[in-house]
Amino acid sequence: MLEVIDLHASIGDVPILKGVNLRVNAGEVHAIMGPNGSGKSTLAYVLAGHPSYKATSGRALFEGQNLLAMLPENRARAGLFLSFQHPVEVPGVRFDEFMRAGFNALRKSRGVPEMGVLDFNKHLASKLGIVGMDATFTRRYVNEGFSGGEKKRGEILQMAILDPKLAILDETDSGLDVDALREVAQGINKLRRADNAILLVTHYQRILSYVTPDVVHVLIGGRIVKSGGKEMALEIETEGYDKYEDMAKALRAGA
Amino acid sequence: MNVSTGMTHRTTVQEGKYLAAFDSFQRNGAVGDPEWIHQLREAAIARFNVLGFPVARRGNEEWKYTDIRPIAATNFQPATGSAQLTLPPPDVDRLTFGNPGWSRIVFVDGVYSQELSALTSLPAGVSVVSLAQALVTHGDMIKQHMARYAPYESEAFTALNTAFAHDGALVQIADGAIAEEPVHLLFLTTGRQQDTVTYPRVLILTGKDSKATVIESYGSLDEGRYFTNAVTEVRMGSGSVLNYYKVQRQSQQAFHVSNTNVSNASGASFNSVNLDLGGGLVRNNLNVLMGEEGCSCVLNGLYLLNGTQHVDNQVIIDHTSSYTTASELYKGILDGKSHSVFHGSIIVRKGIQKVNANQVDKNLLLSDQAEADTKPAFWIYSDDVKCGHGAACGQMDENALFYLKSRGMDDKLARRVLTRAFATQVIDSIGNGAFRAAVGQIVENKLEEWLEAGESR
Repeated sequence: MLEVIDLHASIGDVPILKGVNLRVNAGEVHAIMGPNGSGKSTLAYVLAGHPSYKATSGRALFEGQNLLAMLPENRARAGLFLSFQHPVEVPGVRFDEFMRAGFNALRKSRGVPEMGVLDFNKHLASKLGIVGMDATFTRRYVNEGFSGGEKKRGEILQMAILDPKLAILDETDSGLDVDALREVAQGINKLRRADNAILLVTHYQRILSYVTPDVVHVLIGGRIVKSGGKEMALEIETEGYDKYEDMAKALRAGA
Repeated sequence: MNVSTGMTHRTTVQEGKYLAAFDSFQRNGAVGDPEWIHQLREAAIARFNVLGFPVARRGNEEWKYTDIRPIAATNFQPATGSAQLTLPPPDVDRLTFGNPGWSRIVFVDGVYSQELSALTSLPAGVSVVSLAQALVTHGDMIKQHMARYAPYESEAFTALNTAFAHDGALVQIADGAIAEEPVHLLFLTTGRQQDTVTYPRVLILTGKDSKATVIESYGSLDEGRYFTNAVTEVRMGSGSVLNYYKVQRQSQQAFHVSNTNVSNASGASFNSVNLDLGGGLVRNNLNVLMGEEGCSCVLNGLYLLNGTQHVDNQVIIDHTSSYTTASELYKGILDGKSHSVFHGSIIVRKGIQKVNANQVDKNLLLSDQAEADTKPAFWIYSDDVKCGHGAACGQMDENALFYLKSRGMDDKLARRVLTRAFATQVIDSIGNGAFRAAVGQIVENKLEEWLEAGESR
């Protein structure tokens, strides 16, 4: 579904990603783990098309399409979704209307008739349970005055509505207490299917005890230094990233 | 502060024409008015003659960003014969808002039109009459209030309005009256005569513990050039609530200067929303005197400018009493080569305690040739004050745009959604649902028109 080949990316003139290789198949959950500043969020943003992040070389193919050449809205229409680490507050736009605008933009691009307000609200109501959200919440302005937990639930609710093929979840666990984390993670599990995939970007192992990954990658210094099974996440939890930092240094020396 | 003295001002040719028009007005235009108002007008024109138009471009802080020389240089004449005009009702209807059943008093080129007004089913406890009529029937009562809250001694436009004060609206809310339905004061200019000037004058008196909504709007039938010099005085009764919505949607060539002076009262709340949706050169002075304990005010505003429009909002809140609360939120959306000014002053006098004041002005620039000037000023002479202010001016937030696009919305749609959203916060502060919806629609139509035009550029 997603194939990333020797991807380099920068913010301004500062190189952040220095040759990332990654292959995610349908039905898989991949975790990208790494310490602060390793380039995890850059990978998420560059795949979603944030204008401040520039891919300088390498490729990213999404279902065979050249992702990096696509406008961010076209990536969304092709079935890519980014759950933001810091969801943006949009005062003046109601959350339900925001979701309906996105939902209909996707339908329109696929030649499906747009859904009216009443039908959409029914559809939305049927998805609220996935993240344990109240309907009153969706009538508030997008993320304005939301708690950290509410923002993250809101992102997963959007994932449920937009039903992407590939969801990139950027630090979805950050800022959540144990109960909120469990609820958000259960929501993610409910959306896991054989025909979609999830790329989970995280600093900590804790969300991975709820959302079991098929593959864990350790990203340090803009490169994936090691990939392995779910047990690698537990190892990092107890031993930290030191061992991988050493591997990254060796890689740099070798390069 | 602008200090003018009689010693330095020399009457210009144009000012001389106002003096001549005044003589004619006093002799012919308002002969039936009570003697006291003749005296008031004489005093006011004398003061205008001393002050002159504030045209100086140096050392003139209050008019630093707004050059009113185009007003001073135009030979405006009082409109004549407009009262005899018959206007097709649809022309008037498109200038009203919300529910067509709401009471309204209509003025055509400054003169009360009984035919276009609808005052037979006013909300209980609400009285709205033409000021020209009320001067004859309620002269002594009006004398107690007129020119008391809007001092003509220091402000030239107020002096000029006071000199020509004759028609306008007298709005009285009885003690304890709770009026859910708004009353609409509609001042419309026909633009059928070139370069006319009108002097609308409004006096609003709210009774103890009353609650009411007043819409004061300025519109026109044509895109002509004219000058509206309006003064509104509001005397709040203790414990009363007044929602005051001023809507200016005049011609893009129009000059509009308004002075709204409010005297707040103990436990009372004055809530205003000022909407500038038209006009060529506009200046609104809003002065609120927080003169009694426990009063509050919420002063919001929205201005949508394009082309070469210039809109200047000056808001002064003067806390002369303790336990007073004020908040201001003004927002502007600017396109083309338009220019906005927001100058918000908050004064807290010595020895005054427990004052809460907050001020925010935000501008969204859709064009790189538009300019927004914001100038907050705080004059705080007490320690027991909580003050906050924020100002922002810029293009659309890139992160917000990306957020919307990442959900599948294209650039065009994302910009539309965010531009509309920028105005929403102020529109949301309109309490009356039907009026809020009407304003929302007007704003939406206007932005839609701009964005369409912008995309085809």
